[in-house]
Amino acid sequence: MKHYSAFAVAREALRYHTGWERAWRSPQPKKRYDAIIVGAGGHGLATAYYLGRNYGIQNVAVIEKGWLGGGNTGRNTTIIRSNYLQDPSAALYERARSLYEDLSQELNYNIMFSPRGVIMLAQTQHEIRGYQRTAHANALQGVKTEWIGPQRVKELVPIINLDGPRYPVLGGLWQERGGTARHDAVAWGYARACSAMGMDIIQQCEVTGVRSDNGRVVGIDTTKGAIDCDKLGIVVAGHSGQLAEMAGFRLPLEAVALQALVSEPIKPCMDVVVMANTVHGYMSQSDKGEMVIGGGTDGFNNYTQRGSFHHIEETVRALVETFPMISRLKMLRQWGGIVDMTGDRSPILSKTPLGNCFINCGWGTGGFKAIPGSGWGMAQLMATGHSPLTEAFTLDRFKEGRFIDESVAAGVAH
Amino acid sequence: MLILRCPCCGVDAEETELAAGGEAHLKRFGPGSSDDDFHDYLFMRENPKGVHFERWRHANGCGKWFHVARCTRTLEVFGTYSAQTTEPPQEIKDAITAKRPGWTWREFS
Repeated sequence: MKHYSAFAVAREALRYHTGWERAWRSPQPKKRYDAIIVGAGGHGLATAYYLGRNYGIQNVAVIEKGWLGGGNTGRNTTIIRSNYLQDPSAALYERARSLYEDLSQELNYNIMFSPRGVIMLAQTQHEIRGYQRTAHANALQGVKTEWIGPQRVKELVPIINLDGPRYPVLGGLWQERGGTARHDAVAWGYARACSAMGMDIIQQCEVTGVRSDNGRVVGIDTTKGAIDCDKLGIVVAGHSGQLAEMAGFRLPLEAVALQALVSEPIKPCMDVVVMANTVHGYMSQSDKGEMVIGGGTDGFNNYTQRGSFHHIEETVRALVETFPMISRLKMLRQWGGIVDMTGDRSPILSKTPLGNCFINCGWGTGGFKAIPGSGWGMAQLMATGHSPLTEAFTLDRFKEGRFIDESVAAGVAH
Repeated sequence: MLILRCPCCGVDAEETELAAGGEAHLKRFGPGSSDDDFHDYLFMRENPKGVHFERWRHANGCGKWFHVARCTRTLEVFGTYSAQTTEPPQEIKDAITAKRPGWTWREFS
């Protein structure tokens, strides 16, 4: 792998950019790998990367049905934050956020991490109490957040309307080191680093079966033939249920569509991320100038990657009240992604009933922000059989009543 | 946008009139049942990519609950039927078989 640098740009400029090589190889699968990761999204690639970086396991394949980063990694609204209420969530998301801080340097790939700050608006009395509680919890967890009043919100977001008739802005939970990153670049950067370690990223290859012997996984069947492995990691978000069925167990998940949209590009007008959970909308401005808007989920199971139009209408209606200046903006694109929701709205990173088979799923509406931490914990779990980051997120927590109840903490898509 | 015919009042209701109610034909397990049965009843849901049976409520209409047979891969609706039953009626099963031969869902096929 050639190093990216200012010198490399200058060198290539002198020879008409003919020297750039492909960021990752596209090999044919080998007969056998030490570990196979199914799913080349952010979480799968990060898992593979930390398996190699932290544990020296480099005979790894990442198998992808479509193209790399083409699922929810390329469909989210790129928000990064770690202001969660429950201790296990705060630990996992804060690890992810802190890894994002120097990920560009580590991967030698510009993921455009922008710690511009995230505000979660309080628009009801209930939310004021909830966010003050979260701020106190974060102080104990070592996550830097603070409760701010409406005037501070106005200073940070001049375009906001504090006195909306239905949902006045009463304050907010402010995380200064939250922000955004270029979502595709996170997947591409991890893929390039994995490929440089000698790992095989195999795209356009669908897994059709999971082979086991005496209760342990021994390999997978794919559209490019059978591949043997010692360990298997299933990191496929919306399609986790299908993979689990092949592996012979069930998951407490339901797949629903979550939507987002972007406006036409405009001049810089908002340099923080604003989330308004009461009205199910959140907005940030991309470096291109588009306003990136996320909405709510549909209430029914859906694999079509398109959601119901009236949810878009609800989101935009509420945001127009909060940000009157966006009322004349044209919306350029609208899309959906399939998110896998658990009962307590927290992810599952766990061993499974099938030996040496591990699963990472259930990120629901908030997986992007967790990618580095999720990969770090999942790699530790796969390599050593235990990870303090993931120990609370087991598959059997529902049976044991150990919920990590973030649907109460956020009250909405998070 | 989904349009479902409410079998209770006969109206073709669009999605904004309706509230989704999750998986249909759940068997209730309560006090006295095993931990596994109770866990499955509370948390395990069918999550098929294809034929699915669901409960819906005509919330902004007649207010009644009913059942829907639907495809989660294409959003195609195979039919709606009364909630006063523990399994899909034969004509609904036939309508699905006509479009998805060989379908199965839990113990039904």
